[in-house]
Amino acid sequence: MSIAAAQKRSFSTVLWDYLTTVDHKKVAHLYLFGGGFFFLLGGIEALIIRIQLIKPMNDVVSAGLYNEMFTMHGTTMIFLAAMPLILALMNAAMPLQIGARDVAFPFLNALGVWLFIFGGILLNLSWFLGGAPDAGWTSYVPLATDSASHGVDFYVLGLQIAGAGTLMSGINFLATIVNMRAPGMTYMRMPLFTWTTFITSTLILFAFPALTIGLFLLMFDRMFGSAFFDAALGGNAIIWEHLFWIFGHPEVYILILPIFGVFSEVFATFSKKRLFGYTAMVFATMLIAFLGFMVWAHHMFTVGLGPMANSIFAVATMAIAVPTGIKIFNWLATMWGGSIKINSAMLWSLGFIPTFTIGGMTGVMLGSAVADYQYHDTYFVVAHFHYVIVGGTVFGIFAGLHYWWPKMFGRILNETLGQITFWVFFIGFHLTFFIQHFLGLMGMPRRYWVFLEGQELDLGNLISTIGAFLMGVGVIVFLYNVVVTAIKGEKAAADPWDGRTLEWSIPSPPPFYNFKQVPLVRGLDALWIEKTEGNRQMTPGEPLDDIHMPNGSIMPFLMSLGFFVAGIGFIYQTDHKLWFLALYGGMAFALGTMVVRSLKDDLGYYVKKEELEREAK
Amino acid sequence: MKGLFGKLRALFTLGVLALVLAGCGKENLTALVPKGYGAESSMKLIILSVVVMTFVFLAVMIIYTIVLFRFREKKGQEDFIPKQVEGNKTLETIWTVIPIILVVILAVPTVIATFDLADVSGAAEDEAISVDITGNQYWWHFDYKGQDFQTSQDLYIPTGEKVYINMISSDVIHSFWVPSITGKMDVNVENTNRMYIEAYDEGVYWGKCAELCGPSHSLMDFKVIAVSPEEYEQWASDMQAVDPEEQPQETVAVEGKDLFESNNCMSCHAIGSSGKQVGPNLTNFGNRTKIAGFLEPTKENLASWIQDPEQYKPGNKMTGNYPEVNKEDAEKIAEYLMQLKHSEITPDSAGE
Repeated sequence: MSIAAAQKRSFSTVLWDYLTTVDHKKVAHLYLFGGGFFFLLGGIEALIIRIQLIKPMNDVVSAGLYNEMFTMHGTTMIFLAAMPLILALMNAAMPLQIGARDVAFPFLNALGVWLFIFGGILLNLSWFLGGAPDAGWTSYVPLATDSASHGVDFYVLGLQIAGAGTLMSGINFLATIVNMRAPGMTYMRMPLFTWTTFITSTLILFAFPALTIGLFLLMFDRMFGSAFFDAALGGNAIIWEHLFWIFGHPEVYILILPIFGVFSEVFATFSKKRLFGYTAMVFATMLIAFLGFMVWAHHMFTVGLGPMANSIFAVATMAIAVPTGIKIFNWLATMWGGSIKINSAMLWSLGFIPTFTIGGMTGVMLGSAVADYQYHDTYFVVAHFHYVIVGGTVFGIFAGLHYWWPKMFGRILNETLGQITFWVFFIGFHLTFFIQHFLGLMGMPRRYWVFLEGQELDLGNLISTIGAFLMGVGVIVFLYNVVVTAIKGEKAAADPWDGRTLEWSIPSPPPFYNFKQVPLVRGLDALWIEKTEGNRQMTPGEPLDDIHMPNGSIMPFLMSLGFFVAGIGFIYQTDHKLWFLALYGGMAFALGTMVVRSLKDDLGYYVKKEELEREAK
Repeated sequence: MKGLFGKLRALFTLGVLALVLAGCGKENLTALVPKGYGAESSMKLIILSVVVMTFVFLAVMIIYTIVLFRFREKKGQEDFIPKQVEGNKTLETIWTVIPIILVVILAVPTVIATFDLADVSGAAEDEAISVDITGNQYWWHFDYKGQDFQTSQDLYIPTGEKVYINMISSDVIHSFWVPSITGKMDVNVENTNRMYIEAYDEGVYWGKCAELCGPSHSLMDFKVIAVSPEEYEQWASDMQAVDPEEQPQETVAVEGKDLFESNNCMSCHAIGSSGKQVGPNLTNFGNRTKIAGFLEPTKENLASWIQDPEQYKPGNKMTGNYPEVNKEDAEKIAEYLMQLKHSEITPDSAGE
């Protein structure tokens, strides 16, 4: 097998390669393509929502279809776009940052991505099979249990399958970071993106089981006649809200903490300074993660939990502002005194600071329980979480993509197009969402299919819709940039940004084994230390030797396919007993692949020392 | 706390006034111009939090702007390596301690207001007005406690008095929200939520359902009609005296009443307290501000609604639950219903 990959390969070879890959870098590509596809889908749904609300009493889509649109928009953007795109960045950068040859469980990593892809496909099949879920992305019961179409069933099974994949990835990253750091890389020498990946994975580990349980209970209620949430039979609908938000609140930190890591890398690199207050940054992240579990009921201030619960959760919520503030000021201090170079990645990061600060401000405002009685379930909340999730997560994903694109694909994204993308998207974003703060307080509840005439909500909604289209244009420019770059983009050197961390010490894109010799780490910003001391490359932490690599496998794909088929069986067995065939068949197939995987010895292979030496010449 | 609020309010009266002039929403709908106790409590906290947070935002933006102007890479100095600073204990302590203080400033009045608004102990007093509210897909039922009448869609209350409300849902979760009088509270299926509302001035206030409850969620509007306490007494005694058997004056309406009864409308609707409460109680229907919560109250609209409610409120429970009615009959029923005016106290009395 030749290490040099620069030979033309047929489409089917490439396809087979991706279907069977267990390489974290290719898994990152899969997450990127999958997440990107669903991001576009969620974007189209968003535009349909905004077209419907362009004027009062509009009738472009029907009430039922509109409810499906915003349900799928929210669900898709959170579970099938933002999360996978973040996992793409984690997979692309984290193992390289700690000097590892791969993640701890490459097979599991591939299984995670295929479960996500099949879960996403299952969820979206609902559009073609009689109706999408229509009870909101929060899927509150009894509305969700009453929903007549199979939509909510697709929600339950699709998210269950995709969620299992995410949980696996979380566990995998934890094991990777604990076990596979290069010699010398102590915890307090890890790059901040690795730190946030680590802490986020912990959040995934503790938050996703709550979702899993909630989805199971909902599944039993809808498909097997149980009554966990049925008040008439002694169940309780509020329990769903608790379960959902015990998962759902940490989830928003799962979406933002890794992005804080991205920005920390970008600010340090393009200011040519080490991160200001590294230790504080690490502990602030931990504190945010911890508090993230303690504040779920602030989504439920209006549920009627009583003043004691509301007060405790209000104060805990406001407390999160403290570590978040520490982070914002440390980033500013990182740039203070630096030599700031503004390119696309940096633009997204700089755009993030005022945007996210506004999002954080409104977050604290929302935390004030009595004030929230007015904000709750209105466009103020819609504005707030878009400021945080778009202004934070999406800006961060764009920053991360511009930053790591050379490492992922060996080419640098076109700078001019990158800047156009940013400005169009940035202006469109604020046009869309800033005004929604006021719309909410002026009496526009969220999830409204139409708004009535004569309520003075017309102008705000019109402006909002115009902004949404600008955001769409920004995304199109980015897609164009990706295509242009793929065709004739500038080839990237190993270290195009004068980087500070280990991923920039190896070629772009990296060889499949990442590091010929695992590097020796002598401090924070390991590569920067070597560069300032005049070393061209990292000092190896081990002698050149054979490298053990895992074999590719089609099993993750087949396993996920099995669960996908079983999912369809679960959904339709309420209609006809014959569907149990799909249910049991799919389960049996998935279990079968597990048995095969367990019984078959697959010891991988070695890249020989001689081959590596030959490559070096 | 009062003193602090006083100053802030003085500072922000101007700001809010400017907002009003610039258009901060429809009067009696917007939360930005509070006209009731709950809305005012919220507004105080909104103003306080905006002030505190604006301070933070400005601090961030000032440093941000300086950074962007002063520390850009200079031409010809691409190789310049800035000093690598690890951190600064003093600075970091400052931006930890100040936010903590700001949070405390915001947290204390929040907790006070939270307990204040949750205090419904006054409901036990004899003269307290108490209303049991039931949320339904997609209409509101109001049952005045200790009184012998029920209404729907239009909630009459006296100004300047606390009205205690107990809310429960008959189907899915709803949320009771009258932005200019009070913040919202969910209407759950399994437990009764209690709160109180108080309107300062007479007026017709727009209420909305704020929790997704199905396709017609956005059309589940209602009105709170605040009238003077004397007028409220009058209205309540008028409602008490409603005689469902009362015959209308005009022949068309008499025919309408017969059609109403022969088409089995009473199996869902009630007039006075006779009949079922599956659908909205139709007492005082002719004085309603809207039909079905959002349609202009004209006979044409009502007749058209009776013929096909689905085209107005998708997913409502009226559709398909009664025999088909032709246009002529629908108009007669409409005529009858529009004549159901049981009180001299109308939304007009509240100034609309």
